[in-house]
Amino acid sequence: MDTIIEVTDVSKSYGGVIANKDISMQVKKGSITGLIGPNGSGKTTMFNSIVGYHPINSGSIKFEGKEISKLQVPQIARLGLLRTFQQTRIYGDMNGVENMLVSQPHRKMSLRDAFTKNKNEDYERADHLLEFVGLYEKRFLQSGSLSFGQQKLLEFAMALMNEPTCLLLDEPTAGINPTLINGLIDRLQRANSEFGITLFIIEHNMRVIMNMADHIYCLAHGEMLAEGNPSDIQNDQRVVDAYLGAH
Amino acid sequence: MTMARPLFYAALLIFIVVAPFIFPDFRTQLATLWLMIIVALTWDMTGGQMGYNSLGNIFFYGTGMYVCAVVGIGIAHPVAEYTNASGGGIYKFTNTQYFLGAFLGILAAGIFCALCALIIGYFTFSLRGPYFAIGTLGVAIAAGELVSNWDFVGGGQGIALPVYPNDLDQGKLFFYFLFAITGVVLFVFLNWMYKTRFGAAINAIRDDEEKAEAMGIHTLRYKLTTWAISAFFVGVVGGISAYQLIHFEPLETAYQTINLGIFMVVCVLLGGKGTLWGPVIGAIMFHVFKEVTWNYFLGWQWVALGALIVVTVVYFQDGLMGWLKHTKPEWFGIRVESTSDEGAK
Repeated sequence: MDTIIEVTDVSKSYGGVIANKDISMQVKKGSITGLIGPNGSGKTTMFNSIVGYHPINSGSIKFEGKEISKLQVPQIARLGLLRTFQQTRIYGDMNGVENMLVSQPHRKMSLRDAFTKNKNEDYERADHLLEFVGLYEKRFLQSGSLSFGQQKLLEFAMALMNEPTCLLLDEPTAGINPTLINGLIDRLQRANSEFGITLFIIEHNMRVIMNMADHIYCLAHGEMLAEGNPSDIQNDQRVVDAYLGAH
Repeated sequence: MTMARPLFYAALLIFIVVAPFIFPDFRTQLATLWLMIIVALTWDMTGGQMGYNSLGNIFFYGTGMYVCAVVGIGIAHPVAEYTNASGGGIYKFTNTQYFLGAFLGILAAGIFCALCALIIGYFTFSLRGPYFAIGTLGVAIAAGELVSNWDFVGGGQGIALPVYPNDLDQGKLFFYFLFAITGVVLFVFLNWMYKTRFGAAINAIRDDEEKAEAMGIHTLRYKLTTWAISAFFVGVVGGISAYQLIHFEPLETAYQTINLGIFMVVCVLLGGKGTLWGPVIGAIMFHVFKEVTWNYFLGWQWVALGALIVVTVVYFQDGLMGWLKHTKPEWFGIRVESTSDEGAK
């Protein structure tokens, strides 16, 4: 498999706090890759560095072979590398369908295209994806009035509407009712297998990530602690210690 | 229901056309009302629909006046000599020169202001929230001071334009219809634009710009485009105002930051930000309020106006349309989740 995201020796510090130190990782195209680590270990900082949310101190980040560490957030998003937020972000005043329509990929859209109305097939795709995440019945409700879990599903559907090649998910199951989690895992896996989207997931729920991921990276205190397939990680004493606070 | 809307618009259009004939004494008042509606609608494009509260839109009004005057005079006479004479009456304009000058000047005003918006916006759109408001206000104030010291355009004395060449009552009609046509074109354009993908994208920028960036929306490009369109129309009405007022000067008329510059914001707040009809209704409410207090409470008019602004900002921020949206969401097609909690947390 080809590498889609290649992170090489990336460091990022906030003032005196080193959030990421010489991190290197590869995400294979078409895979589901996990990123775990205790609170404050630098996972979200890593995501933010990849999507261009802040400049990195040193190192290189490549997406499909192209250096992206100097690009701006919207430019990276238009390359097809998208992220969802830990604190779910949707446009609360719009309803579900409007949220979906505004999430259409703008990488193919010229200014002239923007000054057109949505076509029937856009509405159909929006409806189809809302059905995919199970929000079809609630598609005309103001999305700010949906529950947190439903907003999370909507955000995921919006990401799919954008047709990314790679999706970075920051704790997709956090705050979601356990009964909904199984459904979400299923949808994430289908997004990966049916739509061919590479997934790179930060997750605290070990059951979820161990079930889904092909490959897992574990951070602790801003440094790479361990990597390997789920069973390697589960049996790695350093990982267990890090989570229990021995590190 | 489907027939009601076209009928309503047709009736409205007829009213717009016949109003200056039914109320001949109010022609200039109605023209000013159109000015308020237009500046309110254009302010709402960035302030209401895109979430960027500009206090500097008056810059485009003033700049439009000056560009229009310079072009309008320039096609007939040397501008520097003309302004130096301070409208002493030695310069004649033929009918053709007057109308051609006005037409070209108004057009040039719009285009020049749109270009200004692109340049100013490139630097100021990195500012958010109140910083953008203060930054744009600074641009407008600075421009007024600079122009009032620029002798080529008459310095602090301003510019006197030629008087309407024919019957003055006809002139009032002429300016009424210039404003009205601009206003109708703007309204029809916005009615369409807010329904396009572009309109949805600028709403997304308002609701959560960081999210919009993360979704790959060309945020800067869309912000610049919106402001440029807005500036075009403000520049155009600035140009029309220049010819309507005949004489204008830089600080009190052209770059009138504390009058029209604030009025347009109050109009939008009164009517309701981020709605198509809000700025129109707000402008009418504001203009009526202002004229009534100016006529019947002279001496207290600024107090009344100040009180109106305070009450609006403190108690009525969402304006009439915003209040209706809260109390009658179903009128706007808004549906919210019922209280029963299903499935998720």
